[in-house]
Amino acid sequence: MTWAFVIGLSAGAYALKALGLLVLPRLSMVGRAAPLVAFLPAALLMALVVVGTFELDGSISVDARLLGVVAAAVAALLRAPIVVVIVIAPTITALVRLL
Amino acid sequence: MPRPEETPEVQSLRTHLAVAGPIGLAVAAFGVTFGVLAVASGVTISQTIALSLFTFTGASQFAAIGVLAGGGTPLAAMTGALLLGARNAVYGLTVADIARGGALRRLLAAHLVIDESTAVATAQANIADARRGFWVTGILVGTTWNIGTAIGALFGQAIGDPAALGLDAAFPAAFLALVVPRLRQRPELVAGVIGGAVALVLIPVTPPGIPILAATAAVIPAWLTSDRARR
Repeated sequence: MTWAFVIGLSAGAYALKALGLLVLPRLSMVGRAAPLVAFLPAALLMALVVVGTFELDGSISVDARLLGVVAAAVAALLRAPIVVVIVIAPTITALVRLL
Repeated sequence: MPRPEETPEVQSLRTHLAVAGPIGLAVAAFGVTFGVLAVASGVTISQTIALSLFTFTGASQFAAIGVLAGGGTPLAAMTGALLLGARNAVYGLTVADIARGGALRRLLAAHLVIDESTAVATAQANIADARRGFWVTGILVGTTWNIGTAIGALFGQAIGDPAALGLDAAFPAAFLALVVPRLRQRPELVAGVIGGAVALVLIPVTPPGIPILAATAAVIPAWLTSDRARR
């Protein structure tokens, strides 16, 4: 890896973040889309849940992660404290992998 | 139970730390993994540490070293990593309200726009909590990610695999914990279910990063089921 690559990747990654946070909100087109933006968190978060649960090297893998995440989902639906929801998933996943 | 001597600000910080703490620990473990893998695939220790400090978006960093280690060209590595980072632009738009203050503060806020800080910020009921949640999570995760990376890069091969500890399951669980309260409203449930389904279907057929970007299309059916659309 060259230093030019490190600098280019860092600059590109930062530009994307700044585009969304600092530039796009100033465009009037985006202002009119505000009612849609309100639903972005739910869509993005569920996509992250799905990718984090099933993605492995570019394909779908049903493995010990799923049991951990299901346990976390049950805890969340029972309104367990958020720390419990987060900690229960790796605990179950690690136990399943031990078996 | 709130303690009498605590201001609402201190209580709010305590709440955010309770969420960000476990996320920060899991991020540290993956920072170690990144440091180990980067050095093992031929990246120098100083470049590895620089990537975590300045690129600071874990998935893109893993993608870049993965493509290069697999014999891909720098252009292919850069393209894949930046496609993966494009979701940060959507995140930035989602949390745009937290970027108040001086220029320096806003430029630093942009650097901290990542999965975890966005997730915690958008889970809050009001703007003040969203702002605190964003900064607490962004700074904590930034710190643990970089400490982890340095440990992995420097002490490398002696360290175990975080997947064996089940830590890879901590991330979806954290995002789940943050999204579940939202799903009690119908339009948001529609956004979540369709967004998740779109991402799942696209995982095997698109490059990494695209499933999450494409899931944003779920805001349209969500809006169509909301009261605003019916009026």
